[in-house]
Amino acid sequence: MIAILIRDLRLAVRAGGGFGLGLAFFLIVTVLVPFGVGPNSEILKTIAPGILWVGSLLACLLSLDRIFALDYEDGSLDLLATAPVPLEGVVIMKALAHWVTTGLPLVLAAPILGILLNLESSAYVWMLASLAVGTPALSVIGAFGAALTVGLKRGGLLLSLLVLPLYVPTLIFGAEAVKRGADGADAGLPMMMLAGITLACAALLPFAAAAAIRINLR
Amino acid sequence: MSIWEYANPVKFIRTTDKVLPYISVGAAVALVGGLIWGFFFTPDDFRQGSTVKIIYIHVPAALMAINAWFMMLVASLIWLIRRHHVSALAAKAAAPVGVTMTLIALFTGALWGQPMWGTWWAWDPRLTSFLILFLFYLGYMALWAAIEDSDAAADLTSVLCIVGSVFAVLSRYAVNFWNQGLHQGASLSLDKETNVDDVFYQPLLLSIAGFVLLFLALVLLRTRTEIRARRIKALLARERIFD
Amino acid sequence: MKLSVDNLAVTRGGVPVLEGVSFTLEAGQALLLRGPNGIGKTTLLRTLCGLQEPLEGEISVSTETMAYGAHADGLKATLTVRENLMFWAHTYGTDNVDAALERFNLTELADRAAQNLSAGQKRRLGLARLLVTGRPIWVLDEPTVSLDTASVALFGDVIREHLAGGGMALMATHIDLGVEAEELDVAQFKAAPPKESSDFDEAFL
Repeated sequence: MIAILIRDLRLAVRAGGGFGLGLAFFLIVTVLVPFGVGPNSEILKTIAPGILWVGSLLACLLSLDRIFALDYEDGSLDLLATAPVPLEGVVIMKALAHWVTTGLPLVLAAPILGILLNLESSAYVWMLASLAVGTPALSVIGAFGAALTVGLKRGGLLLSLLVLPLYVPTLIFGAEAVKRGADGADAGLPMMMLAGITLACAALLPFAAAAAIRINLR
Repeated sequence: MSIWEYANPVKFIRTTDKVLPYISVGAAVALVGGLIWGFFFTPDDFRQGSTVKIIYIHVPAALMAINAWFMMLVASLIWLIRRHHVSALAAKAAAPVGVTMTLIALFTGALWGQPMWGTWWAWDPRLTSFLILFLFYLGYMALWAAIEDSDAAADLTSVLCIVGSVFAVLSRYAVNFWNQGLHQGASLSLDKETNVDDVFYQPLLLSIAGFVLLFLALVLLRTRTEIRARRIKALLARERIFD
Repeated sequence: MKLSVDNLAVTRGGVPVLEGVSFTLEAGQALLLRGPNGIGKTTLLRTLCGLQEPLEGEISVSTETMAYGAHADGLKATLTVRENLMFWAHTYGTDNVDAALERFNLTELADRAAQNLSAGQKRRLGLARLLVTGRPIWVLDEPTVSLDTASVALFGDVIREHLAGGGMALMATHIDLGVEAEELDVAQFKAAPPKESSDFDEAFL
């Protein structure tokens, strides 16, 4: 199963763009927001946690359809399904690879973008922590959506429609944790909920995703 | 004689042939009766005035919006476990009805909210939850529409419905946590103490019965249509292969 | 070991295409599936490998003993020839990558990216994967597509060696591989159109 992770990471690095694209998108969204709402640093400070979370969520969405679609097109998914690895394991490894190439760079870039948005200094820790804990859930939920739409020719738009509503709880608890951190309030509760969502998604969704892939392959 | 006999499309169509007219008439009578009673023969609320009367559409529609999703969940489970095609098609048939109910609830809510809260829309937990429910319905219907193969579509939408249900409940709690709201408490509950007054309560029950029957009639009707559409598709597939 | 398939019925898009498919294959034997395009050879092979459920019937061995070779090779364009094979070797828990490369004359190309291979070379790499799996039953769908005469002969040799080592091969192909093999005409199993009846059942068919 580790072989799958290594292969996907290697592919992402070789293909170029895989790493950079989501990150560049995140940067652009964050830069565009002040143009939209004005340079008032107080307003930016208030909305910074939300913008950073929504931005990373959208950046995450960009590369989701590649999780399984490429393997489906070149026939690897058929071969993986007949190989001696459980399809659930394939799903979790591919979600992990997606997180390492997309989610992790977002986590690391968020503090820098926080400066642009004048994020409250007490919120940086919570920004990092909530994204680190929450973005894996985004990848796993996204892998489930990608598995549902893998058989479709132009599944990208549909994928967003299916996945975004599923992102609501993660977004709410993630942004809330940062907001509470910024206000100096106790962010423990939303952080625990966020961790709960990530763990539950990682434990259960691979089964649903693997079922969806099997349906799409037959 | 088991309930699963109705999972046979022929049996289903024959039975609904007989039942559907009664349900439709029942729906019409209960709906017209409940609404006329509610609109013209109940007093105005001492605080909300006559705007309160939208409750006779708003509450039943909201109830059915949630129950329609619940029905789809049950039908999806039956399809995944027992592979009865009628069950999958009933879930498909219920989605547009459910989404309409959701929209009615949202719009009547806005109409009610404007004079009461002074705003058409507020990011109140209940309102927000319904908006999210609306998005779930959209995704579900879009997935049905996108997949060519009927059985694969039924399977995948069922999986989505189950996962979606879990996330819908989760979203409900998340939204509650996110914002305490303006919305008044439940208008109806089994605990009689908190209920609205009898004068409003009885016509409300009647119009809820009307909405339930209306939902039932529409879903049965649409399921019959889906069965026939599926039958045509199967016949065409057969022609392609065997002729 | 013996592969026996009994009264198998397979469907495509929910419609039965083949029914009553029965055959047996002993260790060291090969079976060629013949039949016109669209008759259901690919569907049959996919069903045998467990990628889809049969409508009815029995397959005597577990899918764990089979290696599937599809139309598509499942190669990753940006990985080298060796890396492509290494991945499958790790997945199947084997380590005979070099031998497989050698056998298919790919050793010199080992460090070239798969996207720079010709169609025939890609196919050879796809077939080399079979050796890496270490599985006894090879289930192959048109394995010789885009191979030149020399490569077809090479592949024929590989099949013979595999059979001599107690392996089995089940192939849908129209080309003579020079391998001693039984032939099975799939057309004889073509599913009969369902009888007309007013009381149409569950599957609508």
